[in-house]
Amino acid sequence: MHTALLVISTFLASSVEMVEALTIVLAVGLTRGWRSALLGSGAALVVLAAVVAVLGPAVGHVPLAPLRLFVGALLLIFGLQWLRKAILRAGGLKALHDEDAIYRTAVEQARNTSSTGREMDWYSFTVAFKGVFLEGFEVAFIVVTFGASAHQLGPAAAGAFAAVIIVGTIGVVLRVPLGRVPENTMKFVVGIMLTSFGTFWGSEGAGIRWPGGDTAILGVVSLVALSSIGLVLVLRRRQTLSEAR
Amino acid sequence: MRRALRSFAHFWYDFVIGDDWRMAAAAVVILAVTGLAAHHGFNLWWFAPLAVVATVGGSVLMALRSSGERRRDR
Repeated sequence: MHTALLVISTFLASSVEMVEALTIVLAVGLTRGWRSALLGSGAALVVLAAVVAVLGPAVGHVPLAPLRLFVGALLLIFGLQWLRKAILRAGGLKALHDEDAIYRTAVEQARNTSSTGREMDWYSFTVAFKGVFLEGFEVAFIVVTFGASAHQLGPAAAGAFAAVIIVGTIGVVLRVPLGRVPENTMKFVVGIMLTSFGTFWGSEGAGIRWPGGDTAILGVVSLVALSSIGLVLVLRRRQTLSEAR
Repeated sequence: MRRALRSFAHFWYDFVIGDDWRMAAAAVVILAVTGLAAHHGFNLWWFAPLAVVATVGGSVLMALRSSGERRRDR
């Protein structure tokens, strides 16, 4: 169960970040040519794989209790931010993440930047590298922290890798930004998972013994999920009432 | 050089802390209280989940209140 939740979390987190990265790569690739955009994306993926390959085993050598406290605190901080934004978006208090609008802006910027005319288009390379690296860095962070805390770096990396392959393949086949992917809902779920795992591992690292052992994570996930849904409902109700006035 | 360092620090602050530093502070306090209690022999396993829920709720309600104030000011 623990492993399944872990793989689902890294898969979903990786999917949403890869959808965002794909939007940027498609914008520069379709506007200015594919070669440099794909080289930039590939270079970023190589750097990210190296980060996971180096940091993953290194973090695994740290004793489990302090590691879980540190990683739990980071995941909790990180997860609370994701969850807060996701609740505000779902409740109508913050604009939804719109891939189509982001794509249009990126295309506009790519068109307005002059091309060097040389074989290598450094603008495309840099934009694609930056997009894939920055979006992927969050995933690398989640894979390393999840994998190290649960001593399951392999399944955590497999979940992220599967997402990269699936989103990448869909992007190559369709060649349009994946605006229909329920990105905001996925971010909501990832926020719940990060917050729950952060709470679980952070508390364990701080010296807590959970009743029921690892199965307690299900209780934490349920509590965080139900309270988050409750907050969304409260926000939506408030929005409806204030619009009716 | 200074600009590069500043943008490096800005990246990490934005990456870890994000929009609301109070959330980060709350996370640290929650785990510190949990650890202190465990150190003194109290297994407060229920504290962190409830405190996390309260933190998210508080932050969201504060955002709701400030959006209401902005709307009234218009």
